[in-house]
Amino acid sequence: MLRATLKSLLSRKLRLLLSGLAVVLAVMFVSGAFVLSDTLGRTFDSLFTNVYSYTDIQVTAKPKVTGPGQDGAPANIPADMVSRVAADPGVAKATGAVLAEGARAVGHNGKKLGGAPGAPRYGASWHGEDQLISLREGRGPRADDEVAIDAGVATLGNFRVGDQIGVLTLEPKKTFTVVGVFGYAGGRDSIGGEQTVAFTEPVAQRLMLGAPNVYNVIDVTVTDKKDLTKVRDALRADLGPAYQVDTGADLAKKQADQVKKALSFVTYVLLGFAAVALLVGVFLILNTFSIIVAQRTQELALLRAMGASRGQVIRSVLLEASLIGVVSWLVGLALGVGIGAAGAFALAKLSGGLTAAGVGVPPAAWIVSFVVGIGVTIAAALMPAVQAARVPPIAAMRQASASDRPLTRLTVAGGVLLAGGGSALVFGLSGKAHGNTIGWVVGGVFATFIAVALLTPLLGRPVVSLLGRLFAWSVPGQLGRRNSARNPRRTAITAAAMMISIALVTGISTIFASVSDSITKLVNEQIQADLIIAGQQTGPIPPAIDPAALRQVRGLPTVDSVAAEAYDMGMADGRQLFVGAFDDQAAAARILKLKAKDGRLDRLGAGEILVDDATASKRHWTVGASVSVQLSRGDARTFRVVGIFTGNANPGGGGILVPWRDAASGFRAATPTQAFIKLRSGANVTATKGQIDRILRDSPEVNVVTRSEWIGDATKVFDIVLTIVQVLLGVAMVIAVLGIVNTLVLSVLERTRELGMLRAIGLRRGQTMRMITVESVVISLFGSLLGIVVGAALGAAVVHALKDKGITELSLPWGLMVAYLVAGALVGVAAAVIPAIRAARLNVLAAIGYE
Amino acid sequence: MTTALPTAVDVAARAVDVWKVYGSGEAQVVALHGVSVELERGRFTAIMGPSGSGKSTLMHCLAGLDTVTRGEVFVGDTRVSGLGDRALTDLRRDKVGFIFQQFNLLPTLTAEENILLPLSIAGRKPDRQWFDTVVDTVGLRDRLRHRPTQLSGGQQQRVACARALVARPEVIFADEPTGNLDSRSGAEVLSFLRSSVREYGQTIVMVTHDAGAASYADRVIFLADGRIVDELREPTSEAVLERLKRLDVTSAEAAAAGSGAV
Repeated sequence: MLRATLKSLLSRKLRLLLSGLAVVLAVMFVSGAFVLSDTLGRTFDSLFTNVYSYTDIQVTAKPKVTGPGQDGAPANIPADMVSRVAADPGVAKATGAVLAEGARAVGHNGKKLGGAPGAPRYGASWHGEDQLISLREGRGPRADDEVAIDAGVATLGNFRVGDQIGVLTLEPKKTFTVVGVFGYAGGRDSIGGEQTVAFTEPVAQRLMLGAPNVYNVIDVTVTDKKDLTKVRDALRADLGPAYQVDTGADLAKKQADQVKKALSFVTYVLLGFAAVALLVGVFLILNTFSIIVAQRTQELALLRAMGASRGQVIRSVLLEASLIGVVSWLVGLALGVGIGAAGAFALAKLSGGLTAAGVGVPPAAWIVSFVVGIGVTIAAALMPAVQAARVPPIAAMRQASASDRPLTRLTVAGGVLLAGGGSALVFGLSGKAHGNTIGWVVGGVFATFIAVALLTPLLGRPVVSLLGRLFAWSVPGQLGRRNSARNPRRTAITAAAMMISIALVTGISTIFASVSDSITKLVNEQIQADLIIAGQQTGPIPPAIDPAALRQVRGLPTVDSVAAEAYDMGMADGRQLFVGAFDDQAAAARILKLKAKDGRLDRLGAGEILVDDATASKRHWTVGASVSVQLSRGDARTFRVVGIFTGNANPGGGGILVPWRDAASGFRAATPTQAFIKLRSGANVTATKGQIDRILRDSPEVNVVTRSEWIGDATKVFDIVLTIVQVLLGVAMVIAVLGIVNTLVLSVLERTRELGMLRAIGLRRGQTMRMITVESVVISLFGSLLGIVVGAALGAAVVHALKDKGITELSLPWGLMVAYLVAGALVGVAAAVIPAIRAARLNVLAAIGYE
Repeated sequence: MTTALPTAVDVAARAVDVWKVYGSGEAQVVALHGVSVELERGRFTAIMGPSGSGKSTLMHCLAGLDTVTRGEVFVGDTRVSGLGDRALTDLRRDKVGFIFQQFNLLPTLTAEENILLPLSIAGRKPDRQWFDTVVDTVGLRDRLRHRPTQLSGGQQQRVACARALVARPEVIFADEPTGNLDSRSGAEVLSFLRSSVREYGQTIVMVTHDAGAASYADRVIFLADGRIVDELREPTSEAVLERLKRLDVTSAEAAAAGSGAV
C-alpha cells in the first residue's frame, strides 16, 4: 500500500508541486513572521542592553497622563529630589539630568532633519563625557546658545563645529551654535538611529521640560553592584508611588518590549498574508485531492477489490497529503527564514544605526509552521480521502463516470452557514459583543466565505452560463463555455479561491472608500476654512507652528480669521481623553461650525470647558457640571462645563476644549499644531497660500494646504493600508492562478480523447487554445464576480454598522471593482497558458486512442 | 502511375508508394511497405487485415492524421504529405470526415450540435436540406435535442455518422465503426454508410477486421505486414472470410520463416 502511494505521488509531480505551493507560501509567511519578530526582538534587546549598560538605577516620575494607548511624558522631578536620592543608603552618586523626546534639529535647507522614520529625537542636558558618551570634536555646551550634537545628526545634516543649527523644542525654532560633536562607546554615531541634541542644563530644562530647575531623570550609581536590586527596592519604598525606580536591566527590557510591541504590526501583516494564503490554499489542496481521487477511482476500486480496507484507502490518501505537507513545510520554512532575515536586515538598515542580531529560528516558528503546513494539508485532504474510501470495489469493472451528484446537501449546508456567518457578523458589528468584536466579525466573515464557497456550485450553473455568453460568438468560445459548466463542483472550488481574495480586497476597498467619502463630506460641510496650516506628527511632540508666524498670518489683509489649535491627552475621572484648545475660540466656533447642543460655544473664560457631545453623554457630563482634568503638566485643575457641542469634523476631535491659557501651561507642547484660516470673501486663495508659505519658513514641520489637500492628507493613510491589502491580493491571486492551472491541466487530461476528436475533425491549434482560455477566463471571472459581490456586501454591512461612528456614506469603489474584474480576467488568461499549450500540442492520433 | 485508368476526378484519395517506419536501428518497425492504392470516388472501400497488418496506419496516413516516412498521399487533388499542422487541420476540416470506434461525441453538446460541429468549427453555414436528409437517413429526427449520455451506443454512432456526412467531405474514414456496437446496431450503421455511398455518392473508407462489416463494402483491400496482398470486389462475408483465412496462413508461415531466420 505504501509503495502504491509513493508511486502515485511521483507520477503526478507537477500537480502536487502546484498544490504544495500554497502551503509553501503560507508556511513561509508564518515562519517569516516568527523569525522576523524574533530577530528584531533580539536586535532591540541588545540595543537597549547597550543603552543601559552603564546605568545602575534610574529614577523617573510617573507620567501624569496614562492611558490605554500611550502614556504621556514622564512628569518633571524637582531638583531637590536629587539630594534626597543621593542620601539613600547604597547610593554612591545621584545625578539629575534631562533626556526628553522632542528636540527636532533643522537642516541647512530649513527642513526638519530626516533620518529613520519613527526614531526618537532627544534633547538632553550635557553632563560631560562618561563611559558611554565621548566627544569626537570640540567641547560640550557652556553658553545658552551652544549645543553639542551626536555624530549621527552631524553626518545627516552635514553639521561641523562652529555651524549654526536650528532646533525645534517645546518652544518654536531657536538657533544655536554647534560647539561639539559626540559619539558613543564602540565608535557608534548613535545607539540605534536616534538623534540627540545636548544643551546646557538650564536650557535643556527650559526647552525640553518647560520649567526651570527640574529634571526628568535621576541617574543613580550604587556603591556595590551586588546590592542593585536591594538599593532599587529601598528607593522605591522611600520615593513612593509617584516615582518609578528601575535598574538598567529593567529599563532595557521595558523599552525593548515597547518597541517590539510597536513593531508587532509587521508580524500581524505577515500572519494576515499567511491566513489568506492558507484560506485560499485549502481550496487548492481540496480541489487537487478530490480530482486525484476521482481520476483514480478505478485504481482505488481495484485496490478495494483486492482486499484493501476503507481505512487503508483513507490512510493512503492522507499519507500522500502528509508527504506534500512535509515537503512544503520544509521548503516554506527555509523561505520563511530567508524572508524574516531579509526583513530584519532591511528594518535595521532603514533605522540608521541598528545592527541586526543574527538570524535565529525560534521554536515557535518550527512548531506553528509545522502545524500550519501539515495540519492544513491533511485537513484539506480529509474529505477527498473519505470520498476515496467510498469507492465501491465494483467501480473497478465499470467505466469511470464522473457522476453529477445532487447539490442539495451542499446548498443546505451553505445556506445554514451563510445565515450563521451573517448573524455573527451582525452581532459583532452591533457592538454588543463586548471586547470580542474582532472575533465575531472575523468569524462571521470567515463563515460567510465558506458558506459562499459551498453555494458556489449552485450559483455556478446560471452565472457561468451567463458569463460564457460573452464568449459564445465563436465555436471555441462556445465549447470553452460549456466545458466550464461541466463540473460545477470543480469550477466552484477553483473559483472560490479567486472569490476569497477578491472579496477581501473589495470589502476593504468599500469600507475605505466609504470612510474616505464620509470624512470628505463631513469636512466639506463643517469646516469653513479656506486654508489650513498642518503637518504630519511623527513623534510624541506634535508639529509646531511658530506663534510669531501666526501673528503675521492674522495680519494679512486677505485673512478674515484664524483659529489655531493645540492638543494633547489629559485625564479625567481616571480615564484618558483628548484635550484641545483654540487661541481664538470665537473664530473656531465659526470656522469649524461647532453647533451648541447645550450652553454656549463662542467664548471660554478661565475655568471653563466645552465638551464634545459623545464625550458628554459617555461621561454623563452636563452644562454646569464640575470636572477635574489632569493635563500633562501641573496639578489637576477643576473646570466647569459651559457648553456641549456637536459636529466637530476635525479628525482628531472629540474630547474637551480648554481655555488657551491652560493649554499653554498644561500641555506637553504649548505651540499651536494646526490652524484653520478663513479668508475674506473674494480673496485670492492661491496668492494668500503663497504668502503664508513664505511666513511659515521658520515652522519647518507644517505646511499651508487648501481644504481639499488637507482632506487628501487625512485620507492618505487608507491608501497605504489599501496598498498592503492589494499586495495581499496579489499573493492570493498567485495561489488562485495555481488552482485554475491545476483544474485546467486536469480537464485537458480528462478530455484528451475529446480534444483528439476535435483536432481530427478540424479544430485548429489556435482554436484549441482559445477554447481552453475561455474556460479559464470564465472560471476566474466567475470567481472575481462572486468576490466583488460578496466583498461589496460585506463592506456595506460593516459600513452600515459604523453609521453611528460617523460613517454615513456608502461608496462602492467602482473603479477598483472594475480593475479587480479585469485582473480576474487576466488571471484567467495567464492561468490558461500552460494548459492551452499542452492541449494544442496533443498528438491527435494518440489522443483519439487515449483511454 | 502507369495505369491510365483513374483520372483525377474518379479518385477521392490515393497513396503512392507509401512507407511508414517507426523507430530506428534495432527497434525499427516498418508498418507500411511501399503501399500504393487508389480509392475511387463514390465507392465504399473496406481495408482489412490481421492486427499489426498496418491497416489503421494506412488509414491514418490517408486521412492526414499521421505523416508518411516516404511516398505521397493525396486527398482529392491535394497533396497531403508535406503539409503543416494548420494546412492538415484545414484539410481534415474541409475534405475529410471521421467515424471512430468510440463514437467520440462531445458530451456537452446535443445530438444536433454534435452533428453540426465540423461545420461550426469551419464557420460554414449548414445546408438545411442536406442536414434534414442526413438526419432522416440515420433516423435521429426525434433525438436531436438529446445529449450523448441520453443515447444508446447505436444512436451515438449514428450521430457520429451524421456528423461525418453532413459536411459532405471528399472522403469519410471510418475506423472500426461497429467495433463497440451490438450486431443489430452495427448492421444499421453499416446500412447507412452503404446507402450514403449508393444514394448520395459519398466516398467512404472503412477499416475493419469484421468480415460481416466488410461485406457491406464495394471493394475490400487486404493488408498483411504492411503490404497490400489481395483485393476483392463486390464481396460477400464468405468470400472475405475465405481470403482472411488464407492470409492468416500465409502470415503465419511468414512469421515462422522470419523466426527461423533469426
